[in-house]
Amino acid sequence: MIKYILKRISLMIPMLIGISLLTLLIMHLSPGDPTSMRYGLNPEVSGSARAQLQELYGLDKPFLEQYISWLKRIVTLDFGRSFVDNRPVIEKIGERLPATLLLQASALILIFSIAMPVGVLSAVKKNSLFDKITTFLVFIGFATPTFWLALLLMRVFAFELEWFPVSGMSPWYAAYMTPFERVRDILWHLVLPLLTLAFTGLASLSRYVRYSMLEVIKQDYIRTARAKGLPDKKIIYKHALKNALLPVITILGMTLPALIGGSFIFETIFAWPGMGRLGYMSIMQYDYPVVMGVGIISVFLTLVGILISDILYAAVDPRIRYE
Amino acid sequence: MTIDFRKKMQKALLIIGVSFLLFVTGLSFSINKAFAKDEPQVTHDAYVSGALSDATILIPFLADDSASSGICGLVYNGLTKVDKDLKVVGELAKDWRISDDKLRIIFYLQDNVYWQDGVKFTAEDVKFTFETILNPDNAVPYIASFQDIESINIIDDYTIEFIYSRPYAPALLKLGMGIIPKHIFFGLKGQQIRNSKYARDPIGTGPYRLDIWKTDEYIILDSNKDYFEHEPYVSKYVERIIPDQAVQFLELITGGIDSMGLSPYQYKYRTDTEKFNQRFNKYKYLAHQYTYIGYNLSDPMFADKKVRQALSYAIDKEAIIKGVLMGLGEECTGPFIKDTYAYNEDVKRYPYNPDKAKELLSLAGWKDTDNDGILDKDGVPFSFKLITNQGNKQREDIATIVQRYWQDIGIDVEVQTIAFVTFLKEFVDKRNFQALILGWTMPIDADCYNVWHSNAAKDGGLNFIGYSNPEVDRLIEEGRSTYDIDRRAKCYKEIHAILAEEQPYTFLYFPYSLPAVNKRFKGIVPAPAGISYNFIDWYVPESEQRYKF
Repeated sequence: MIKYILKRISLMIPMLIGISLLTLLIMHLSPGDPTSMRYGLNPEVSGSARAQLQELYGLDKPFLEQYISWLKRIVTLDFGRSFVDNRPVIEKIGERLPATLLLQASALILIFSIAMPVGVLSAVKKNSLFDKITTFLVFIGFATPTFWLALLLMRVFAFELEWFPVSGMSPWYAAYMTPFERVRDILWHLVLPLLTLAFTGLASLSRYVRYSMLEVIKQDYIRTARAKGLPDKKIIYKHALKNALLPVITILGMTLPALIGGSFIFETIFAWPGMGRLGYMSIMQYDYPVVMGVGIISVFLTLVGILISDILYAAVDPRIRYE
Repeated sequence: MTIDFRKKMQKALLIIGVSFLLFVTGLSFSINKAFAKDEPQVTHDAYVSGALSDATILIPFLADDSASSGICGLVYNGLTKVDKDLKVVGELAKDWRISDDKLRIIFYLQDNVYWQDGVKFTAEDVKFTFETILNPDNAVPYIASFQDIESINIIDDYTIEFIYSRPYAPALLKLGMGIIPKHIFFGLKGQQIRNSKYARDPIGTGPYRLDIWKTDEYIILDSNKDYFEHEPYVSKYVERIIPDQAVQFLELITGGIDSMGLSPYQYKYRTDTEKFNQRFNKYKYLAHQYTYIGYNLSDPMFADKKVRQALSYAIDKEAIIKGVLMGLGEECTGPFIKDTYAYNEDVKRYPYNPDKAKELLSLAGWKDTDNDGILDKDGVPFSFKLITNQGNKQREDIATIVQRYWQDIGIDVEVQTIAFVTFLKEFVDKRNFQALILGWTMPIDADCYNVWHSNAAKDGGLNFIGYSNPEVDRLIEEGRSTYDIDRRAKCYKEIHAILAEEQPYTFLYFPYSLPAVNKRFKGIVPAPAGISYNFIDWYVPESEQRYKF
């Protein structure tokens, strides 16, 4: 098993190199460079000043040379500095990650704890009223644009009723509050974004659970269990559910990158200081080091997520063995 | 049942009692309010404004976005600044003298100014700042504005002399760039300056100093009690970063922020309620920007002045201002800030007149000979592509409206919106366009060399329409080389008149800036410079104080 894991990890390295090379290549292929967005139409910034800036950031060197010098630094875990505000990339990512993790992880927990029972129940009681209602609601959630729901919740609960704050993660006077007040305040700010994420994210997962549960229930061994006279509860929750969860593990592994990737539109609306905004803004500003940093970390986590779900497979399903 | 009822009664009585008490105390409060003195005073209140994006770097000559330069303006001072009427006045310089040959400027500095870390400000700091800017290794974007400086000589601690290689009128304004402390930045070069921790935790001489900066959340500035002009009356300046304007508006109403820039739609339709106007003051003044349609003059289609004039006549500017800005803008006739000495009110205008447009076009040889509804000349139909950048709703709307106007006089226009950087790189920089919609932000100084001089039509310059007029070149050169305001006015008014006649652009409009500010802030006096020029004089009467520290 350990040998298998090590082998998988060593296979990640060429993958990471290939993907990072592609990322930088795509960034360079798009027309423009970090100076064109900022100074392209500024009458007070001359062309020669822009050329000097490019030299300062090493953008005048050939593409491959730029990539190799990035690669050399990344081996020592030096992600470089942002072109926009000159701060270390790792510091920029480090200050965003907690905000995104907090939101995405709590959303994930919420989604799982609702989607699983809903999925199972609507599979077991297929075509019942409960199934029809949840199907209807879940599809509404699926079809609702996040930004629209976010603005709607904001309007009703923050603007009309004033139960929750409109946006942000903490008020600007947080530094003057006690630690307890600060935690309470963050939770208070978390409610609306969390509801939005959960409602729109519920659909696919509960559908997956329902579908895979339906598949399992049709299996011969379930019929056998029934024929043996096992109680329904035991059949469903012990025998069927365990098998139905296999595909869900795959999904769990795939959500890991989203967990740290965040979402641009969503974070913009809620003024949430997360990774989605960082990634999007750095692409728009041609901030190569940050794009590369965010990219490489997401790719790494995706690969790790896949690996973890593969390992979990073996743990859950005795038929799967890695040698 | 009866117990329940009694409880309810008790509750009701309690509520009535409490509200009566509140009413009485409220009454006495408002009486107090009436007697409280309403005059400028230091209040430990905070001013919370909403910003669409975060600052990036707090070194004045590297701060190139509006958020960063806004904060820099509160933390640092320059030798000069512009006052409410956009005139150059002294800030760190008490006074200055310009030699007769206009090549030497001597500044007499304030001698009672301290850096926020307690070190005294001297001429050394001034010399250091401008030498840092002028060193090419530091790759300062604004270096071009200072290139005519030949040397900087310190005469004594509070007197400094700038020697220019040729007279350069915008100098006084350009030298208003924020001064950085030598004792902090001495010895740093290029990347080191940008990487310095003081780039995010600045030490200036200004009215505010940085307290807390949470990236993409908020920036808190504390007032500088020893500020040499006077201690600012509002003791905290907070900028909250809220990237969505609609959300900003919700924050404004619910009290999360005290001020924001309104969109024309919000100004017109969302804030016209009594409730809003009880709590907020709305302001309206011209932004130093204009939006225009530019024609590529190297394209034979636009070579004839009559054609460009016809294109301008065919557009109803008033209707565009109404449609795109909800009427919250003013007609623009030339590239200078309206209501300043450079702006010429008596230039040729192009009121909406499609018949006149058709007449001019037929004079220029464009007629519909094949009756297909589109004008043609020598077998070539009058058909071209109008481009603008993506993501600017107003420009996209203008494109659609203008397309229709031009269609009405027999011109076929295809509209294309292109992602901003591609738009710049592939179309503007390469002169690869026929007509485009763009906007300029106008510098306070009227010098327009970088956009209208024929030298700026060369590679990468911003005269991308290729405008070249020896008379305009001469006037631009004269205007920037004399300090005589009357002579400068004559130059710029003349340039304005020529451009209005020749219509290399169809100048469309100046938009308004539309800030809303919570009413508890007093002392706001709108002027041509906007409202924030006297921020340190804003104050909150004690009775209306919201935050307490």
